Amino acid sequence: MLTFPRWKVLMILAVCLFGVLTAAPNFLTEEQRAELPGFMPTKTLSLGLDLRGGVRLLYSADTDDVVKARLENLADQVRDIRNNNRAFRIRSIQTEGRSVLFTVEAEDQIEAARQELLPLTQNSVGATNALLGGGVQEVAMTREGGAFTLSLTDQGIEVQKRDAISRAMEVIRKRIDPDGTKEILLQVEGADRIVLEVPGASDPEEIKRIVGKTAKLTFHDVNTNVSPEDIARGRLGARERAVPFSDRPGQIVIKERVIVSGDDLTDAKAAYDQNGRPAVAFTFNTAGARRFGNHTRDNVGRPFAIVLDNSVISAPNIQVPILSGSGQITNIGTAAEAQELATLLKAGALPIPLSVLSERTVGPSLGQETIDAGKTASTVGLVGVIVFMLAYYGRFGLAANVALLTNLVLILGALSLFQATLTLPGIAGIVLTIGMAVDANVLIFERIREEQANGRKPFGAMEHGYGEAMSTIVDANITTFIAAAVLYMLGSGPVQGFAVTLAVGILTSMFTAVVMSRLILATWLKRAQPARLPI
Amino acid sequence: MLLRLVPENTKINFMAARKVAIAFSAILLVASIALFAVQSLNYGIDFKGGISVEVQMEDGKAVPMDEVRQVVNDMGYVGASVREFGRQDDAMIRIERQPGDADAQSAVIQRVREELPAAIPGLTFLDGNFISPTVSEELKRDGTLAVTIAVIAVLIYIWFRFEWQFGLGAVVALVHDVLLTVGFFAVTRLEFNLSIIAAILTIIGYSLNDTVVVYDRIRENIRKFRKMPMDELINVSLNQTLSRTLMTSLTTLLALFSLFFLGGPAIQGFTAAMIWGIVIGTYSSIFIASPLLLSFNLRREAMIIEDEKDDPTVDKSRPNNPFEQM
Repeated sequence: MLTFPRWKVLMILAVCLFGVLTAAPNFLTEEQRAELPGFMPTKTLSLGLDLRGGVRLLYSADTDDVVKARLENLADQVRDIRNNNRAFRIRSIQTEGRSVLFTVEAEDQIEAARQELLPLTQNSVGATNALLGGGVQEVAMTREGGAFTLSLTDQGIEVQKRDAISRAMEVIRKRIDPDGTKEILLQVEGADRIVLEVPGASDPEEIKRIVGKTAKLTFHDVNTNVSPEDIARGRLGARERAVPFSDRPGQIVIKERVIVSGDDLTDAKAAYDQNGRPAVAFTFNTAGARRFGNHTRDNVGRPFAIVLDNSVISAPNIQVPILSGSGQITNIGTAAEAQELATLLKAGALPIPLSVLSERTVGPSLGQETIDAGKTASTVGLVGVIVFMLAYYGRFGLAANVALLTNLVLILGALSLFQATLTLPGIAGIVLTIGMAVDANVLIFERIREEQANGRKPFGAMEHGYGEAMSTIVDANITTFIAAAVLYMLGSGPVQGFAVTLAVGILTSMFTAVVMSRLILATWLKRAQPARLPI
Repeated sequence: MLLRLVPENTKINFMAARKVAIAFSAILLVASIALFAVQSLNYGIDFKGGISVEVQMEDGKAVPMDEVRQVVNDMGYVGASVREFGRQDDAMIRIERQPGDADAQSAVIQRVREELPAAIPGLTFLDGNFISPTVSEELKRDGTLAVTIAVIAVLIYIWFRFEWQFGLGAVVALVHDVLLTVGFFAVTRLEFNLSIIAAILTIIGYSLNDTVVVYDRIRENIRKFRKMPMDELINVSLNQTLSRTLMTSLTTLLALFSLFFLGGPAIQGFTAAMIWGIVIGTYSSIFIASPLLLSFNLRREAMIIEDEKDDPTVDKSRPNNPFEQM
């Protein structure tokens, strides 16, 4: 056990060198990092919110809406089939729970209807790969006589929900960090939670306002022939509704049918109208441009309504057909509001409603203070342990200390490499590791002392010391590792940060305390050939 | 001359003290459970839900607590608690959940954040936090679950590596440590929050570490000293590992005390729990986990026969060890 073939020595040194290289960027300035050659790692530790300041919001996504919307959509598909086929008659379409129910009364029409409806069930969602498929069936059809039931499957709903959450996260990202420079953190927690962390932000209200907007933009035809009295009494035509103005009292009646919506936009940016007032300029995609073009061509002289989140921003008259597929939304308060609306429109509408479950704002001064305190505590703890080990084990303690310092470098390197987030509990984990990492060496050294006291020669004592202590070290570390793993699986945020540093610390300390210290001591032993181990 | 914590070849009779130790622990356990039942814990907003705001006075000056209390009360948040947070220039204000939705809660933070510094010059906002009851209930549930799963996982591991008596002994010691830590928080009224769950899980890992080291030695000695009575054998094993047990506790405590005094207020609760846990864990692995083996009627036959079948010269028959070859 005390002889190391050359390749092993090289490997141990290579691991140390790798650790130094991956840890190094943390000690360089940004400019120095930029000048590093391409093969060098440049990643640094990413600091958690508690260390750098910022806003953390935990959102709960109401995924029930996703199911409701999909069910409505399915019912519409059935209605389309009904409207486009003369071979059979579908009656009394209704939704119930997760199903769309309807009947085909004439028996000789059932088979024809079934054939026509079948494609609805062949839609598979959540395919991981367009070629290989792997999606799940989304709609299942059952039938009793002429009574049909189309049901959304559990797996299908699951996929839809997950999909909605990831779309929502994408929308949030585009809204909060349109340029991708803010290093925001967005992650799913549990089934329907979204965590958003914005480092450096200080105003949670601002963030919540921007995230909370649905930003559902739709263009509608307007019915100008309804008197205010009728609106007040709710006397509206079929598929019509009254919508309030965003900037003044009163309501306007719009047709439910959507001409074009925010989904059809490819671009939106803040601009000014011909009178120099703030506006948002937008561009439709091809399909949107065609629909909008058709509508404006057929309705010159009539108004249309631009509706955002259920209030009318403006209802301009169509002067000329707009065939270019681009236009402007005017009647927007300030330039800042125009900028915000443009960002929102470009990011798209939020597919599901979100509600805030918890909120945390960490001021920037607290973060810096915490980092400083963590540094001081680690340094003092480290120095204490180093002095103690030296006093207690002399030369052997020195080897353990070299191992300990290497261990810290390796932890730092591993955390930077895997981009784990360092939080305050994470620092505590590192400090704790400092204390516990020497445990393996203590076990070994105590064993060596014992073996020597039992009359073994230096070489034998070392050999046995390392050998006998090994299974104890493995057992002891595995049990701590179990605790860290459980912590990681069930913990959230900062607690996970602690679990990660603890687990990484256990792994690296096994290497440094067992392998590295042995290499150092074995090399020394062969050179010095002492008659007795100074331990 | 190198430092020694304990003289070599100690012959402390730990087993003689075991009845006293077990009785002592039993009293502490009953007291912990009773205290927990009577006055519960001082749950942080992680587990209770609600609002907290941390503020700081500039230049290290003491926060005028009474003034802060007055201002918060005048804002209509009666029953809010204002206390020093680790240092005199740092204060934590805790406000019960206010009626209304999430927006109402953040409005409270916003108000405190604006009005408090306006009323008391030199005060700055550090940290504002609100947690809804749904989340706090979940955190509580997950925390309890985490501790339970960790204990069960450990039981299985020890059972797998040793005999069942060891597994049971280790788990009794763990439960002992966890309950006494909860008792510690019931007595001190320190805030019990999410990081304390992390501390408890670390204590579980640490205490187990200690216990496993002693158990390993007991197992080794069972094979070595065939004739020695079990209580004496456990005693010898405890003495042999004593130096290591104390040394590791000491280095860990060194690091923890450094964190406690220098690491800032936010982790003081965590480190206090850890320090207590290390002391309790060291005590329990010596005085509880090992003597219990005797009570569980550990017999050497079960452990030796297997080995002799494999190798009659059992000197160092150890489990296969992946690291031995390195």
